[in-house]
Amino acid sequence: MFKRTAMTAGLFAFTLASLASGPAFAEAKPASLPVGITTFMSGPASVFGMPAKEAAQIYLDELNAAGGIDGVKVDPIYIDEGVGGDRLLSEYRRVVQEQGAKVMLASISSGNCNTLAPVAEDLKVVNILWDCGTEKAIEGHQYQYIVRSQANAVTEMVASVLYLLKMKPDFKTIAVVNQDYAWGRDSWDIFQSTLKALKPDVQVVAELFPKFGASDFSAEVSRLQVLRPDVVLSTSWGGDLDTFVRQASQRGLFKTSRFFLALGESSLERLGSSLPDGVLIGARGDHYFLEPRYVNDPKHKAFVEKYKAKTGVYPIYSVYHMMQALDAMTAAYKKAIAANGGQWPDEEQLAKAFRGLEFRGLTSPVTIRPEDGQGLEDQLFGTTTTSPDYKFKVLKDIMIVPALLVTTPAGQATPEWLKTLKPELLDKVSLLDKQQ
Amino acid sequence: MLALLDGVSYAGLLFLVALGLTFIFGVVRILNVAHGSLYACGGYAAATLGLWMGQGGDSLALSLGALLGGALLVGIVLGTVLMLLLRQFQDRDPILQLLVTFGAFMIFEDLQRMIWGTQPYFVSDVVNQMGTSELLGVVYMNYQLLFVPGAAVAVYLLLQWFLRRTLMGRQIVAVTHDREVATAMGINAKRVAYLTFVVGAMLGSLGGALASPTTSLVPGIGADMIVLSFAVVASAGLGQISGALIVALMIGLARSFCVYLMPEMEVVMPYVIMVLVLLMRPQGLFTVAQARRI
Repeated sequence: MFKRTAMTAGLFAFTLASLASGPAFAEAKPASLPVGITTFMSGPASVFGMPAKEAAQIYLDELNAAGGIDGVKVDPIYIDEGVGGDRLLSEYRRVVQEQGAKVMLASISSGNCNTLAPVAEDLKVVNILWDCGTEKAIEGHQYQYIVRSQANAVTEMVASVLYLLKMKPDFKTIAVVNQDYAWGRDSWDIFQSTLKALKPDVQVVAELFPKFGASDFSAEVSRLQVLRPDVVLSTSWGGDLDTFVRQASQRGLFKTSRFFLALGESSLERLGSSLPDGVLIGARGDHYFLEPRYVNDPKHKAFVEKYKAKTGVYPIYSVYHMMQALDAMTAAYKKAIAANGGQWPDEEQLAKAFRGLEFRGLTSPVTIRPEDGQGLEDQLFGTTTTSPDYKFKVLKDIMIVPALLVTTPAGQATPEWLKTLKPELLDKVSLLDKQQ
Repeated sequence: MLALLDGVSYAGLLFLVALGLTFIFGVVRILNVAHGSLYACGGYAAATLGLWMGQGGDSLALSLGALLGGALLVGIVLGTVLMLLLRQFQDRDPILQLLVTFGAFMIFEDLQRMIWGTQPYFVSDVVNQMGTSELLGVVYMNYQLLFVPGAAVAVYLLLQWFLRRTLMGRQIVAVTHDREVATAMGINAKRVAYLTFVVGAMLGSLGGALASPTTSLVPGIGADMIVLSFAVVASAGLGQISGALIVALMIGLARSFCVYLMPEMEVVMPYVIMVLVLLMRPQGLFTVAQARRI
């Protein structure tokens, strides 16, 4: 009796020891890997959502044709963010709990990211915040399963201020025309706080927040023509940005004020010649199909050609963000499999693999911060100029802002960190052609 | 002064769409949610025609022809489709009819996405061809400053003339007042209803067509306009044509005054006006009290 008990105890101890030293509870390798992807397939934001979906399809077709991830083919399940918060939430749960998605890519809308992140944490499924900007989705939380494969609004807005100060250091007045919703308001708050820290003498002469989806900017344009601010900032996007730019351009507002369009890269091709030369443009990352450092990079070049052939247009930033998220997922699986002794990882192991992950999408490498899962993504800016090779404006005077310079350090609160910024920060960045 | 000038163009577009909505309700007694789709499709069709016709050269007549052609085409085709659909639900619960038009709206939204995709659509040749004017140091597009408000007023006058001076117009007015009596007097109410629906649909699509040179056409644009049009129609009183003109002007001007004086209020101003009007006059500003039929 004693002998049998001792043997059992010994076996138990051996099992424990082997668990502690070797690969933990290896998951059986699945036949396929269901991945949920939320994107706007309807509504105004489908200008970003549908191109991103096309990109995902291109990426996954290629990945699966090459054997998938460690021989497992990825099976995408697309969810429309345009259906609204409540339905999206129930769809999200259904895809995880009933269709067994092991990784979720969500989402474009910041509001949706804020809603879905705690749900993903609760469901213990890795969620890649693939496009939304709000820093609040991660900051102040202690998530294990939430990571972001791109920058957040703080990185984007602080870098925007640096480019504006670099290109027009002597401006005295600024006006903002942003969409009246969370992104329009939050991005302006960050921009304004940064501006106060770096150039406190600037006067804000108008803060205009027209309705999201507004079709008429007559009054806004007239008021700006009267006020004549040195700079007009807009973080608007999609149809709203296009309409505002066209109405402002048709009425000559670009001649009296310098425009800064923080998301302008996504409208360059659509706006064509309506967009004048000399407009400062942001790209929500270093995403630009003519990115000087990667324009001839084989991976980037091949993708741009393939995407153009499939859709008839050049890729915009949401496309790059989608590719980045999928590259992050693939890289994390490879890292987790390697760490697990070649065995397929479980959700917890996968989540751990994302922390500190370094990967490359189509442009410069991105690091996912180990402390909080925030992506560190460089930011590209440029100024519009006419090119004989394209029917729309391209960018010159390009500046790449390193993410580490302009991102709230892990564990710190953004409002307090912004107050610590000093004008000397500007000395640490320069235009790309001046670096060479 | 500047706010006045800014408000009239927007008011003109709003009036045209609301006019179609209220005109249809006045005769057919259906609140047509799919009217937003007529606005969107009118815009898309005008832009498509504009792209196609504009390839020939820089002609203002061709550009205007594209706007009008798009509006007529969409108004006739979609107006007929909607009318045929609603005939299946004639004399049924108004809520059911409302739901049918809502269903049609959703279908049309998907059709738009299938045909025109999700990228913003825009053809602005006509705006450039009409040039600009400078007033008080501010540059205005002649298209927005003169053409759109002028078109709205012209449509209003034409419709008033049509309703008061033509036989068909008088038949429409008769059906609006009392369908049964009008039918008893030999008026073909079915034909009148069809014609009203198509004219109303054309007004909605004309609003979209006239908006297309200055606005990016994107998925969901119809939903925004139908909500605002409802605010106009509810404030003016259902079926009130002159009322719709005045309320559209009120909303357009209030919105642009807000941009100058209280930018924070710009988004909610149309609804503030609607709520205030409905609190004081639940039947709408211009609805005349009717004798109760026993």
